Amino acid sequence: MTDATNTGSIYEIDARTKKRNAKEARFKLYGLIAIGMGLLFLIALVSTIIVRGVPAFQQAKLTLEVALPAETLDPNGARNPDDLRKVSTFGYSPLVDQALADALAANDIDNPFEDVADLRPILSSSVAAQVRDRVLANPDLIGGTSEFQLLASSRVDGYFKGRVTRDSVARDNNIDAAHFDVVDAMAEAGIISTGFNWDFITGADASESRPEQAGIGVSMVGSLFMMFVVLALSLPIGVAASIYLEEFATQNRFTDIIEVNISNLAAVPSIVFGILGLAVFIQFMHLPQSAPLVGGLVLTLMTLPTIIISTRASLKAVPPSIREAALGIGASKMQTVFHHVLPLAMPGILTGTIIGLAQALGETAPLLLIGMVGFIASNYPDGVAAGFLDPNSAMPAQIYEWAKRADPAYYERAWGGIIVLLIFLMTMNILAVILRRRFERRW
Amino acid sequence: MMKDNVENKVGVDAMNTKFSAKDVQVYYGDNHAIKDVNVEILDKTVTAFIGPSGCGKSTFLRSLNRMNDTIPICRVEGDILLDGEDINAPQVDPVQLRAKVGMVFQKPNPFPKSIYDNIAYGPRIHGLARNKAELDEIVEKSLRRGAIWDEVKDRLDAPGTGLSGGQQQRLCIARAVATEPEVLLMDEPCSALDPIATAQVEELIDELKQNYSVIIVTHSMQQAARVSQKTAFFHLGNLVEYDDTTTIFTNPRDPRTESYITGRIG
Amino acid sequence: MSPLILLIVVLVLAIAGYVLGRSRAVSSVEDVRTLHSLPNFYGMNVAMLAFVPAVLLLAVWVIVQPMVVSGQVRSDIPETMYENRGALSLIMSDVQRVADGIDTAIERGVIAAGDAATLDASGVRATLGGVGVALGSEVSPEVLSAALDYRSATATGDWIRTVVVLVVAIAGFLYAYTGTSGTLRARNRVEGGVLILLVTAALIAILTTVGIIFSLLFNTIEFFRLYPATEFFFGTTWAPSFGGGSQLGILPLLWGTLYISIIALAVAVPIGLFAAIYLSEYAGPKLRSFAKPLLEVLAGIPTIVYGLFALLTVGPLLVDVFGNGGLLGVGWMQGGTAVMTAGLVMGIMLIPFVSSLSDDIINAVPQAMRDGSYGLGATQSETIKQVVMPAALPGIVGAILLAASRAIGETMIVVLGAGAAARLSLNPFEAMTTVTAKIVSQLTGDADFSSPEALVAFSLGMTLFVVTLCLNVLALYIVRKYREQYE
Repeated sequence: MTDATNTGSIYEIDARTKKRNAKEARFKLYGLIAIGMGLLFLIALVSTIIVRGVPAFQQAKLTLEVALPAETLDPNGARNPDDLRKVSTFGYSPLVDQALADALAANDIDNPFEDVADLRPILSSSVAAQVRDRVLANPDLIGGTSEFQLLASSRVDGYFKGRVTRDSVARDNNIDAAHFDVVDAMAEAGIISTGFNWDFITGADASESRPEQAGIGVSMVGSLFMMFVVLALSLPIGVAASIYLEEFATQNRFTDIIEVNISNLAAVPSIVFGILGLAVFIQFMHLPQSAPLVGGLVLTLMTLPTIIISTRASLKAVPPSIREAALGIGASKMQTVFHHVLPLAMPGILTGTIIGLAQALGETAPLLLIGMVGFIASNYPDGVAAGFLDPNSAMPAQIYEWAKRADPAYYERAWGGIIVLLIFLMTMNILAVILRRRFERRW
Repeated sequence: MMKDNVENKVGVDAMNTKFSAKDVQVYYGDNHAIKDVNVEILDKTVTAFIGPSGCGKSTFLRSLNRMNDTIPICRVEGDILLDGEDINAPQVDPVQLRAKVGMVFQKPNPFPKSIYDNIAYGPRIHGLARNKAELDEIVEKSLRRGAIWDEVKDRLDAPGTGLSGGQQQRLCIARAVATEPEVLLMDEPCSALDPIATAQVEELIDELKQNYSVIIVTHSMQQAARVSQKTAFFHLGNLVEYDDTTTIFTNPRDPRTESYITGRIG
Repeated sequence: MSPLILLIVVLVLAIAGYVLGRSRAVSSVEDVRTLHSLPNFYGMNVAMLAFVPAVLLLAVWVIVQPMVVSGQVRSDIPETMYENRGALSLIMSDVQRVADGIDTAIERGVIAAGDAATLDASGVRATLGGVGVALGSEVSPEVLSAALDYRSATATGDWIRTVVVLVVAIAGFLYAYTGTSGTLRARNRVEGGVLILLVTAALIAILTTVGIIFSLLFNTIEFFRLYPATEFFFGTTWAPSFGGGSQLGILPLLWGTLYISIIALAVAVPIGLFAAIYLSEYAGPKLRSFAKPLLEVLAGIPTIVYGLFALLTVGPLLVDVFGNGGLLGVGWMQGGTAVMTAGLVMGIMLIPFVSSLSDDIINAVPQAMRDGSYGLGATQSETIKQVVMPAALPGIVGAILLAASRAIGETMIVVLGAGAAARLSLNPFEAMTTVTAKIVSQLTGDADFSSPEALVAFSLGMTLFVVTLCLNVLALYIVRKYREQYE
């Protein structure tokens, strides 16, 4: 049994050891590559979101002086709201067209189109309604000229952001390169400019043909109402269930079943909770479809196991000596738990709850089944009851809806929506981290 | 400080020196765990390190085969020579060093593998066998040296974790022996064992000194007296006294050694 | 009384019970200290007994009454009017709308309350249209009479409900109040009540599971009544058509699910596992504190984001490489949505899942095991491959099974990234679809819930539930056993 390894000098590295060390280095490299790839994916994901989503926060708008002649808008001259309402958006469109043509003329911009209506593709199809709404709200404007900030169409908006180019519109029926000549000249004259798009954050969803008008605000409210339901139900129920299991339950078959049940529920695919919601809440209990209340109930059932698991961990972390101290001076078990254990575990419980809520906020699949997708959330709910019961969308469902619409302008909105959603999630997670750092106690 | 460290009375020429440590310091972060240790450890001899808990004897033992490398905050200074070669020299590969300086730990730590694979692990990674027959031979020889062959020869495929504590520790000793080391380091090898298993392991240590230099860290002074020929007494990171075992236990020179062996400190 | 008003009445009764019970207990003794429990507990005892049973009864009643009433009314509809249960449920929803409409009309004063019974079927649609209740078709006399029955039954039920709930509340109140005396063990009673509440909360978890199983099971049975089970489980064609004559074989969907999951795991397991090994065995504290949370960010990103990433970024990128006229010039890929697209993105999503679970498991392997190996002169990678990994294997298998169950149940990535065509093909660059994607598409249309094309979604859900449940139970069992080994 003579062997080179053990008899030679330790100063000389033998061939076998060299080979083994090379293997070691390779193995280490694989690990580094794996981490590198993970981080690379993260960077790719985040940079995609930012690069493609940030443009959604910019919007091209035209500043136009629109003449509002009394003879077309209010033929009777009585400013009677009912009469004013009779003039539909079709009555307003020519006014806006004319205003645009006038603006071009005033700035010596060459207008290649004979018919002023041919300039329409530059403007969003929502502008007539925009003007009409303002006139209906302020009938005094009729007869004068007022300045309006009007949305540019999504093609023109995309032209400013580089999404739409002259080449790409060659086969586009809606708009052609001649329009962009006009747009370039208008941008130089300051008639059209891009600015921060508050409407995207506060606005409502729009129909398929008007991506420039779509915003995430209403579905944000829908998500908010859902989160109210989730918080109001899952925190008390989760804490009560955890207290029972951790502090009172004796180790028996029944407790075992509940525990196995909870850990399995935590791993059930979210879509199954959607089926449950559809069958039980909508088909069986006849709760309204697309309502944040139902969404909240489904998400509560989904989040509950997560919250129970983290709450139990927090309760477990409170040392037995605290319980013994309280029991020792004659407090009942219930008093011990509610006066001593629960307050000490509270920071941990809240951290777990926030993380559970963040998970629920980003969840989409179950919402698809209870009808929170496909619904165009065009108005804010009027009142609290309506907020819970009226059909609404939720942020992730809204993003999914936009992703399905085949217009690249809607893809931009979807990425922008993701930025908004991620800002919420990040805030919640940072809050959880701060809570943990601030109140965490090591026993 | 220097006064604490005694001159090595045993002549280097009398017997073959295996390890020689010069001014060794070990730090754990800011904690100075081993201070100015100088010692010469002889070949084919059992050397015992004794001393109260936290005196640094295990730390010093672990620096002899650079096991302390696996602890990131640990730093070793001074020279430790194995057969005249500095084990901390930059060109030395700890992997190769540990093949020469085997180690047995406090708690038996068999791998979650079969008994055969536990023993064959070292020879396999160091390429000591050219074929299966040679490997079988090494396994049998090692198990015999570990004095456990008769107990396990019929169940070499059974998991090593299924053995009793004493058997597990002897398995670990056999595993260390299988790589044909020149020195065997034992870190309180009997502390987790019952008296019968302890007796078996001690008997084994006595046999092992025929072939190896054995260094054993122990809490039990009786054990040191039973198995070792040389004893080193550590206290608060210092090597207080190093001498023949009989001298240490019958006629210690340092008052601290005397206090310890008579049970006044420790 | 409407349920809300009834609830408020009971609540007021409970508050009164608290005040009265407390004062009765205090005045029953000379010295408050001689009471068995703190005075508050006596008040709470009365409030609890007045409130909880009555409100529970109310809640059950509100859910059960509509079911009982519509069961009764259903027998009013002659069998000649409908062909199957689906048609009946449509008629029943008409009945309900007419009944609700008449309520609205009475509320607005369009019809006098007494006149409702004498309404004529032919005029109902116009009358109700006038108050904003639009009906799809003319109301038949049968539907009208059923609606009137429905109204009267509901009214009777509401009336009985009010009486019964109030009686229960008052009975609870009186029982607790008259029983209040200085020696009553009020605290024990209140705590017993709280304990029941806690148990109820814990039972909700069981109820959820029961709800899932029942809602899947009943609809699945209904589906198999309309469509043979053997054709569902062994059919190789998935071609639903709402006009009838659908072929609903699950095999192409299962294959798509499996294929995508395999690709996802092929991405996630090596990367996740090597990352976990590096982080737990090699990385210094600096790299660890930086890379670990960053990798876990991947787990916190909602799946809709991954879905969009697959649809809009990864899909087009893959087409540029593998598509017609792509970089490789192979032309394997026709469109952005494909098994590969969804699989890759799902793999990215699962990386942190695999890595953090494996990290925990690798860290649980005792240091003594590693020391033993280093002591024999093994290198770090030899130790990891031959000692740590075999020791951690059961736990890692459990982690991979959990990741597999995640992959199988994942919805948004496949809905957006995998395509909609169900086919049995080996080409990973073709569009395929999965069980979850089809659940979504079958249940989000305007389909009538009683058609086999919609009901099949519940059978798909059942299959999904059973498969993931088995994986989870197995994985949790393995992980648990593994933990016990080193505790």
